[in-house]
Amino acid sequence: MPPKVKVVRRPEPERTSYLRATLKGMALTFRHLVNPNKVTIQYPEERPVLSPRWRGTHRMEVHADGRPKCVACGLCPTVCPANCIRLVGGEDDQGNRYPVVYEIDEFRCIFCGMCQEVCPVEAIHVGVDYENAEYTRDRFVYDLDRLMEQDHPTALLWDPSDPRSE
Amino acid sequence: MQELSQTAFLVAATLKVLAVFAGVMGVVALLTLLERRIAAFIQDRLGPNRVGPFGILQPVADGLKNFLKEETMPATAAQPYFLLGPLLSLVPALVTFAVIPFASPLPTPWGVVDMIVADVPIGILYILALSSLAVYGVVMGGWASNNKYSFLGGLRASAQMVSYEVALGLSVVVVLIVAGNVTLTEMVWRQQQMGLWFAFPLSLAFILFVISAFAETNRLPFDMPEAESELVGGFHTEYSGMKYAMYPMAEYAHMLTSSALMATLFFGGWDIPFWRGDDAFRHEGIWIQGFDGEGSPVPAVLAWWKTILTFGSFAVKTSFFILLYMWVRWTVPRFRYDQIMQLGWKVLLPTALAYVMVVAVTVLSLDTVGVPYGFVWGAILTMVSALCTAVFLWVVDRGRILSGAAYGLRERYRIQARTLGREAVTPFGVGGSGTTA
Ligand code: SF4
Ligand code: SF4
Repeated sequence: MPPKVKVVRRPEPERTSYLRATLKGMALTFRHLVNPNKVTIQYPEERPVLSPRWRGTHRMEVHADGRPKCVACGLCPTVCPANCIRLVGGEDDQGNRYPVVYEIDEFRCIFCGMCQEVCPVEAIHVGVDYENAEYTRDRFVYDLDRLMEQDHPTALLWDPSDPRSE
Repeated sequence: MQELSQTAFLVAATLKVLAVFAGVMGVVALLTLLERRIAAFIQDRLGPNRVGPFGILQPVADGLKNFLKEETMPATAAQPYFLLGPLLSLVPALVTFAVIPFASPLPTPWGVVDMIVADVPIGILYILALSSLAVYGVVMGGWASNNKYSFLGGLRASAQMVSYEVALGLSVVVVLIVAGNVTLTEMVWRQQQMGLWFAFPLSLAFILFVISAFAETNRLPFDMPEAESELVGGFHTEYSGMKYAMYPMAEYAHMLTSSALMATLFFGGWDIPFWRGDDAFRHEGIWIQGFDGEGSPVPAVLAWWKTILTFGSFAVKTSFFILLYMWVRWTVPRFRYDQIMQLGWKVLLPTALAYVMVVAVTVLSLDTVGVPYGFVWGAILTMVSALCTAVFLWVVDRGRILSGAAYGLRERYRIQARTLGREAVTPFGVGGSGTTA
């Protein structure tokens, strides 16, 4: 037998006390009934504390002059496993590449965060945010302006207090 | 303390009907909230607490929602029966409360008003007759839906309720033997005179009654007709809107009635323990508190505050059983169907039959010997019953009659080993058990 296999010996049916088992269960539920420490978060008043590595809806970083940092390199649409980033690149008269169209379909996104990992100029980020309710479905396709407007904190690729994810 | 006049009786009866009906409906509504809150608390959550203070208005919101919802009508359902089902299950649950006394009599300037909607001489028989009608609501709803899950739920309901009705009836028979009458007012009175609630001298009947009442109300662990995990929604799968809401309402009304019944039959009804002053019973036209040493009646002292106190006592006892219902529901998993049938026919029925015999013989011998009805009489019966209860629990406890899945599994391993001609290796160890191997 391999060393770390735990063998659970069930008690013999005739040696099990059904009543005692039931009473034990009743005692357990009663303890939970009177236990004042509930796990419910009273949402609008209380908010959950999110991990700095939480991967939520995206956010595009901007330069000081308000241009998106994205250089339309095409890496994030390539790496995206859900294929939900639409990018049309362009070039201005100084030869700088910029995104003409940059859209993320947040419904298709699986929030893997690979777009953030792969971006060479740290433009696209997944964010620490969970309040994304909308009234219509098409509002879930975030365009470039919307991505630049987002002001929630961006996700860290690793937790600085726990860099090796232990 | 004069008699009520005809008019006063009519007025009092109308008021009582209205008050009890409103009270029962109100409590039923609150019970739906209570159940959700208790479920949440047991699961370390908070439950609905937004509508009104502590979520107290949640039932109102639920009711509104149910009224506004679309009532779907399955195309292949049998219309009249489909509509009749919810009604037939709700009405019996509500009307059974009529014969349960809920407080000591109230003296008014127009005469003494007894705190029971209808003190009919058939008492408990009325309850048994009507509560067994409730199964028709479930069966009808299940069958008329023309849906296989509903149908299965309805079938299970009929089989289960018929089986447990027997044990329920027999455990009531035991109470009848001791109380000597079928009216619930007299049962309360006899418990007051004994100075002991019937839960003690008739402990086994009490246990059987509680188990059967759980089965009769279709509450977990006996919720085979509903069985969400296997039958979608059971008999009410096809129901929606207010028609659906009537089924849970019926369930809670049943719970309330059977809790009140348990309190009345076994916990002294509205009696306040260790206090003689609240005892009152109508004996030959006058209200008496008991009999003195020579056997002449002592008139009862009635007061409005006694009525309120006794009602409080009744409410506390009833809520205790309601809480027990909910507590058990969120602790014990559902039985398997064959286990339910085994428990009903192989355990409860023979036990109840044997216990009826034991109690009848004990009561007969006590009366023959000439022990007067009272505390000593009750104490002797208590000892006999305690013995019966101990034997019953000992037999039931170890799965000698009713066993779980593990038992069958072990048997299979052993048969396998015998055909292969070697020692059985089971999840319980090598060789199987020492008792039967
Ligand atoms: S988080 Fe993953 S799935 Fe979502 S856009 Fe980025 S790469 Fe695609
Ligand atoms: S990887 Fe970064 S720079 Fe490249 S297209 Fe995506 S967002 Fe723009």
